Amino acid sequence: MAHIALPEDLPGISSAFAFRPETAKPMRELAHVLLHEPNSLTPGERELIATYVSSQNDCYFCQTSHGAAAASHLGGDDVVQRVKADFKSAPVSPKLKALLAIAGKVQRDGKLVTAEDVERARHEGASDVEIHDTVLIAAAFCMYNRYVDGLDTWQPRENGMYAQMGQHLAEHGYLKSSR
Amino acid sequence: MPHIALPEGQPGIRGAMSFRPETARPLNALVEVLLRAPNSLSPGERELIATYVSYLNDCHYCQSIHGAIAAAHLNSDEELVRRVKADFLYAGISEKMKALLVIASKVQRGGKHVTTGDVAQARDLGATDTEIHDTVLIAAAFCMYNRYVDGLATVQPRDEAMYRERGKMVARDGYVNVSKTYLPAEPVKR
Repeated sequence: MAHIALPEDLPGISSAFAFRPETAKPMRELAHVLLHEPNSLTPGERELIATYVSSQNDCYFCQTSHGAAAASHLGGDDVVQRVKADFKSAPVSPKLKALLAIAGKVQRDGKLVTAEDVERARHEGASDVEIHDTVLIAAAFCMYNRYVDGLDTWQPRENGMYAQMGQHLAEHGYLKSSR
Repeated sequence: MPHIALPEGQPGIRGAMSFRPETARPLNALVEVLLRAPNSLSPGERELIATYVSYLNDCHYCQSIHGAIAAAHLNSDEELVRRVKADFLYAGISEKMKALLVIASKVQRGGKHVTTGDVAQARDLGATDTEIHDTVLIAAAFCMYNRYVDGLATVQPRDEAMYRERGKMVARDGYVNVSKTYLPAEPVKR
């Protein structure tokens, strides 16, 4: 049972958003800009960063729903599982690997990101905006993950639900609830 | 030097926000609701939670500016801010606030550390569900803001007077209003 009286029929962050629409609005807008709006990083790549950080933070709801959104963008779940297990050997671009290394540092502590990490990403073709967005996606998921787990939200173990949610997020983004 | 080409003369999160106004707007809107909008927790109390979490995350810019904003809301009581950071259990704050700071510190380490016992304790001391919710989200949000500010290696001056002055201004005018001084005007929605 959740720590506070959240709506019982909504899973994960949806229940917290319904409980407090005033904070849900900017949180939805932030996710929409970071993950869905046009960007030189594809939505699939950005969802992989979100999924990886959520898996490092061990947040079941976030890694599963964003993993499903990534899989929907990328046409399959295999690359998602491989990024979570070991992104260095996953079939993603060298640029995305360098960005995932930065995201992994941010997940632990922003101060761990070194000039060399950033140089490597730039060498693989990352722009300043892409580096900025990687840092902010990683930082933002350190918020979303803590929010979802810190309230002890309901996080069902039902793959079908997440696949549906992921498809909805991939198609429509984050501004409105999927239900 | 920052990791990317942030505008000069804008320390801390302001440099990052000026660089990317599209994300700055929801970031400012969120902090405005969490720390300033009318709430049964006072702005000073909520700024203390933000300051404490930023201190635990060792983010110099965030703990300094939010500590200064907290002090500005709390009759310039900088000593109280210092005591909350050093050991909040002995600081001159309510027992309810102490219970909420326990929850915030658990969230800082990871949301799953928060126990039903922590929440029951806060509730026994008078905390409402919205106050518990907001405490969790303030703590979570500062785990984002702190990582954003440190992860880009933003400029973080060691200048207490600067933070004190700016803290008074933000306490008076609010986050969204102050952000208009460094963000471009919002594009007209079509």
